[in-house]
Amino acid sequence: MDGYQTRIRYFDGHSRDALIREHEVPFPDGRLIVSRTDTCGIITHCNQAFVEMSGYPERELIGQPHSILRHPDMPRAAFQDLWETVQAGRKWHGHVKNLRKDGSCYWVLATVIPNVRHGRIAGYTSVRRKPARSRIHESIALYARLREAENP
Amino acid sequence: MTLQMTVSPDFPPAYIAGWYIFNTWLQRQSGLPIHLTLYDSFAAQRAVLAQGGIDLIYANPYDAAFLVRECGFVTLAAPCNRADEVVLAGTQTGPVNTIEDLAAGTVIARTDDPDVNLMGMMLLEPAALHAGNTTAITVDSYPLVAKQLLQGHAGIGFFLEEAFDSLSALVRGQLRELVRSRISVIRHVLLAGPGVRAQQVEHLTTLLLAMDQDDRGQAVLESMNLSGWEAHSQEDTEFMIDLMDTLDTQVLPG
Repeated sequence: MDGYQTRIRYFDGHSRDALIREHEVPFPDGRLIVSRTDTCGIITHCNQAFVEMSGYPERELIGQPHSILRHPDMPRAAFQDLWETVQAGRKWHGHVKNLRKDGSCYWVLATVIPNVRHGRIAGYTSVRRKPARSRIHESIALYARLREAENP
Repeated sequence: MTLQMTVSPDFPPAYIAGWYIFNTWLQRQSGLPIHLTLYDSFAAQRAVLAQGGIDLIYANPYDAAFLVRECGFVTLAAPCNRADEVVLAGTQTGPVNTIEDLAAGTVIARTDDPDVNLMGMMLLEPAALHAGNTTAITVDSYPLVAKQLLQGHAGIGFFLEEAFDSLSALVRGQLRELVRSRISVIRHVLLAGPGVRAQQVEHLTTLLLAMDQDDRGQAVLESMNLSGWEAHSQEDTEFMIDLMDTLDTQVLPG
């Protein structure tokens, strides 16, 4: 299999090794990828589109941190901004390059919203949809600059 | 106290009689006085809702969000195997073959159905289209959406899937389906307002969930083009509302 091994470093300090391939899997038309996590970002629910696009069977997703999809091309600052926004009770959205189990990738337009129940945050819902190709190109350039700033 | 019931105006007109039959069935089964009023537009229905004049409503998911979060409505049940999905279509003779072929300035033909319009705009995002670079023509029915397309007044039309599939073969044959949603969790729900007592909510839910288990109930369901009711917990409804809230985000160019 083509590709290379790399160590992905997360904004909270931990890291893992992953296979990275150049191949991009297109987002399916008309679908939404939906998942829910607890307040610590552990996946508690995912839909069939999530399973198909991530390449993981559902049993390997439930109970795992959502960062299992983290692609090394994503700047750590993006996820730091995501967590700071949703923990403050606000909605976050952005373009995200996700990593599949087989090392290939897929781009999404992600929106994450806190699930407020009885006045407190009970977890988070993340919904990903098909992004515009023009916005992906803008994001590639922006994230390259951010990664450079993070790893001078 | 007579409970006031209404139905989201986006149900197919062919089933108007079915909802009156349902009203009679529900009254007899529950022993509660229930009066059904149908409104011909979302605006007219919302005006009555705003005055607290509705106790039971088969609500469009978009309205359900407001009713549950702001007005204290609770979920009785949801129709079995029936999610709201949308179809976006152009014409066979037009230049558009995929959503990505659409460009800024596109004219959208649509009805005032709020969840269809929400999902429709979301499905235009792959073409970088949003409310700021498109124009909408709002008409009263889905056949009129098709007419706007066929007369060349619009480049794309938003249809409730059921309505698109119900168009005549002649009309549908002139349209080109560009995308069909498969979201699965956005659906109409039957809600009870704060004026309905908890005991009555429980009783009505029990009746609805068992409705498909006898011949008379099945016949009533058929007259509404439904197969039955299934449990839809308050958390299921809250989740649906959260999901719709994520779609209500127009991501404009940075």
